[in-house]
Amino acid sequence: MQQIFNFIYKNSNRLLFLLLLGISLFLTIQSHSYHRSKIISSANFLSGGVYERINNVSEYLNLKSQNEILAQENAKLKSILFNVKDTTTIPKLDSIKGIHSDIIVSKVIHNSYDSHENYLTLNSGSLQGVKPDMGVINSLGIVGIIDDTSPRYATVISVLNINFRLNAKVKKSNHFGSLGWNGKSTGFVQLTDIPRLAAIRKGDTIVTGGQSVIFPENINIGTVYKVYTDDKTHYYTLDVKLFNDMTNLGHVYIIKSKDREEITNLENKRKNE
Amino acid sequence: MNSTLFTNIFRFILLLSVQIIIFNNMNFLGYISPFPYMLFIILYPVNGNKTGLLLASFFLGLIMDVFSNSGGIHTAACIVLAYYRPYLFKFSFGLSYEYQTVKLNDVLTPERFSFILFAVLIHHLVLFVFEAFQISFFWDILIRTVLSTIFTIILCVIIIYLIKPSRR
Repeated sequence: MQQIFNFIYKNSNRLLFLLLLGISLFLTIQSHSYHRSKIISSANFLSGGVYERINNVSEYLNLKSQNEILAQENAKLKSILFNVKDTTTIPKLDSIKGIHSDIIVSKVIHNSYDSHENYLTLNSGSLQGVKPDMGVINSLGIVGIIDDTSPRYATVISVLNINFRLNAKVKKSNHFGSLGWNGKSTGFVQLTDIPRLAAIRKGDTIVTGGQSVIFPENINIGTVYKVYTDDKTHYYTLDVKLFNDMTNLGHVYIIKSKDREEITNLENKRKNE
Repeated sequence: MNSTLFTNIFRFILLLSVQIIIFNNMNFLGYISPFPYMLFIILYPVNGNKTGLLLASFFLGLIMDVFSNSGGIHTAACIVLAYYRPYLFKFSFGLSYEYQTVKLNDVLTPERFSFILFAVLIHHLVLFVFEAFQISFFWDILIRTVLSTIFTIILCVIIIYLIKPSRR
């Protein structure tokens, strides 16, 4: 017994090291799985609050470009609004209720794009009705999918995350494939498993596909930059140049799909039988 | 004794906040980012309490991970560096380092530089290996480690001389 205590006392630093290393390894491995209830994420009171303060200051630096983007979008929306004949219901602006999806307006307060698994932090959370697995877009195209929420903040799996997967299609021909990121360049994502018989040319537009329950159909993603054939599967892989500059994000919209619950319920019912 | 404790707590908070507010937003070419917050582990007193260093590095890394949404990679890198720090001292300053008082924040000699170099290299290697977590990113990990190491070392040396100009 004495010897065991002696051993523990002598090697206390080594044992502490192994214990702490074990904890950090557990956290690392846990963070590499896609679906998780993350123990530590920046959607908490402390880091969310700090990031909001920092963002309050740094926001001023790109007010001009953000204003331009918003003004352009306003012009586009106005042109749609003025062409609609029935204008009896004027939508409220901070949350717009539609038939298939509601929209929550939010702002990016922290953005990362330098690692293989990038996340954004938004300044709206479960109090505003944000839930995991909602889609996030901005005026140019898709941004990511909600990962985790706290009462006032939410984290987003960015498009620039090697775990990100989305059903996407070629706008003109409706050939669809799976969209992901290979971890290399912040301007490009990859669309895989496009059949060889699809006539695809550089510059074709890629939009979200109809199979996704997270995003509505036909939301812009990017344009085809390069086409090549996969050696193993003999399907096309496309390099897609994103419309969004993921390194410079400001205001975003969170899409709350109303059909999602119904579709997943229906699919689960079939599985259970 | 008390003054060193307060210096360390102050350094812990200062380095961490500077890292989060300024250096986390620094990105060269989209993937080279400096991590001078690890200077806390390098500058910890040579004869200081080792258990204290391990625990402090654990929380240092954990806070970094909370702020950068990265699971446990900073935690792992920090405690690996904290644990192997005595071996690095032996390697850089010779076997009897504990008897002479090694002061890191002084004139940059080859010994001091080699210590900082290997410390940063170990930290960044663990960090980027755990961050990618896939063998297929081998070259990517290597390039990121080398470039970020250079960047961090330059900043570390600058910070050391900004905080403590050598008095003679």
